[in-house]
Amino acid sequence: MGAQIVTITSGKGGVGKTTAVANLGIALAANGKKVVCVDGDIGLRNLDVVMGLENRIVYDIVDVIEGRCRLRQAMIRDRRLPGLFLIPAAQTRDKTAVSPSDMLRLGAELRSECDWILIDSPAGIERGFKNAITPADRVIVLTNPEVSAVRDADRVIGILEAEEKGSPSLIINRIDYDMVKNHDMLSAEDVLDLLAIDLIGIVPEDQTVLIAANRGTPIALDDKSRAGQAFRNIARRLTGEDVPFMDLDSQDGLWQRLSRLTGRK
Amino acid sequence: MSFFDRISGRKDKSAQNAKERLQLVLIHDRTDLTPAVLDALKDDLLDAISRHVEIDPASVRIDIARDGRSQRLVADIPLRSVSRRRTR
Repeated sequence: MGAQIVTITSGKGGVGKTTAVANLGIALAANGKKVVCVDGDIGLRNLDVVMGLENRIVYDIVDVIEGRCRLRQAMIRDRRLPGLFLIPAAQTRDKTAVSPSDMLRLGAELRSECDWILIDSPAGIERGFKNAITPADRVIVLTNPEVSAVRDADRVIGILEAEEKGSPSLIINRIDYDMVKNHDMLSAEDVLDLLAIDLIGIVPEDQTVLIAANRGTPIALDDKSRAGQAFRNIARRLTGEDVPFMDLDSQDGLWQRLSRLTGRK
Repeated sequence: MSFFDRISGRKDKSAQNAKERLQLVLIHDRTDLTPAVLDALKDDLLDAISRHVEIDPASVRIDIARDGRSQRLVADIPLRSVSRRRTR
């Protein structure tokens, strides 16, 4: 059957699904895998700009589904990594242009083309979300350590369980270690305790994510980025490797490390 | 609140606040049980039990406990002892 299909979803918008898909795609492709990232957010296309491929779009997912092009014509090859492809969303259509059975057919056809298929789900729990999770072998729920994001993630997990998609894995994105230390942000342990599903990754808050998105060069390509490292670790866990979780403490700046050495808080 | 917290003027930590509020909200989201429904359930339960054994309604506690992703209804219903009833 070939490739594994992984869908990334969150319920709430703006928590970092698109960033996660772009970076996981890059990290998997950097390890020599053939990866197709699919933008499932029809009408609100974004994965293309985050990946820096917006100028190369000719065909999109709706063109494939409606038979205006062949599958391979809609797969945009990333010039940085030979194994990385994007199937962009249609911008001038809405979610009703695609049905869950269309997505099943697309997924089945894509499986023979690559090793990994990553689907970027739209926010919400309606049609676009159903489309995105229907073909998935595995679902990752992404959340932020924030009350509204955690609550929405819990709703989505409940729906996934009811739809018998199996228990999803969790990525906690944008943990600000200083705020957690001051007890002003839910810690990863708090979020994990509330949602009670498998954890696959913790991504620290990192300004380089925005800078990279500005340039269209996702941070998983940047060796020095902490968030990039977190996404590379998640990609390795996806392939079954046992990678220890990052020690956020060691990611502090020089000053914090020095103050720890001298015993100051 | 510890002495240190008091002199440093620190209030309740917001993360703790967030967690406690989420715990309650998630229980209601997951079970569709509002506090009003829970109260009605408690009254019905007390009625049913009182028909068979003597209990003190004030000491009854009915809560929802979390166990991973599932919830359970936990009822703590102390029974009045027979000997105490005789001495009255």
